[in-house]
Amino acid sequence: MEPALNINGLDEVEYQLIASIQNGLPITARPYAEVSNKLGVSEEEVVERISSLIKRGVFKRFGIVVRHHELGYRENAMVVWDIADKDVQTMGNKIKTYPFITLCYRRPRQLPEWRYNLFCMIHGKSRDEVTQLLQEMISENDWCDMPHEVLFSKRRFKQCAANYISQPGIKT
Amino acid sequence: MTKALDKNIEYSDFNNQSYSSLEQVLMNDFQHDFPLTSQPFHDIAERYSVDVAKIIAIYEKLISEGAISRIGPVIKPNVIGASLLAALLVPEEKLHEVAEMINAYPEVNHNYEREHKFNLWFVITAADEKRLQIILNEIKEKTGYQLLRLPLEEAFHIDLGFKLKWNQH
Repeated sequence: MEPALNINGLDEVEYQLIASIQNGLPITARPYAEVSNKLGVSEEEVVERISSLIKRGVFKRFGIVVRHHELGYRENAMVVWDIADKDVQTMGNKIKTYPFITLCYRRPRQLPEWRYNLFCMIHGKSRDEVTQLLQEMISENDWCDMPHEVLFSKRRFKQCAANYISQPGIKT
Repeated sequence: MTKALDKNIEYSDFNNQSYSSLEQVLMNDFQHDFPLTSQPFHDIAERYSVDVAKIIAIYEKLISEGAISRIGPVIKPNVIGASLLAALLVPEEKLHEVAEMINAYPEVNHNYEREHKFNLWFVITAADEKRLQIILNEIKEKTGYQLLRLPLEEAFHIDLGFKLKWNQH
């Protein structure tokens, strides 16, 4: 919570900026001006700093964030794979080329309880659709022998933007 | 979030037909490159030759309905703060109670039941690694259930937006 720490290469203004927009811009005629008033900087500076955060890769993107479930994409499957360490990168880079994949990450195994080290997410309108997309990807790449499990979601208990920065006085 | 959960029931017959073509475009076209201009909604309005008030009203509606979660940044994981995917092996009858306990942490931003022996999956994003581990240890102590800590080691693909297909069911 200590902006002075700045371990992330962010300065004070960027830190405050992220705190105020992480849950979304105000939907008003001049949203950046509204944000700038809170931060005590100019509207131009807010815009420039957002551009800079995009360019530096701190923001992967900046725009509309849709909620899949509400838009009819009710099924999401987390597919987890047990892949030899030397092959994970190649496979991860292949998986990400499929348009229905929303996430693809390498994570550590937790043996003996958890053998899987590659995770990807597929969103679809039905379970059949998700299964079909996965099967297509598996057969196109000859991944039939790759140990994997499909974890369909059931109840969603919580889904919201991450609060990267929490500060008193800023509504999150 | 409770609000969104409650809405799930109302959304049982919710489908793509509920959206006008303008609404569909407004959801799909600005997932990247939302205008970084003084009056972004005005610029969007000009592009589609509609009134700016209409654009603002549509975005307000989409946000209040929950179709859009926000207009803002998708922040690269672990650039700011520390985050982690965790899974817990919870007896079925305790699942709701444990999920609520976990949801009570503001640092928890996703929490799903999944079909697996490890049946509760949640993402924690905390200010730093220390706070992250404090939360995980608390959850472990409070529940006593088996816990998986699965930090991100390498991202091949992060949420880069999602092309909604309106014509399919």
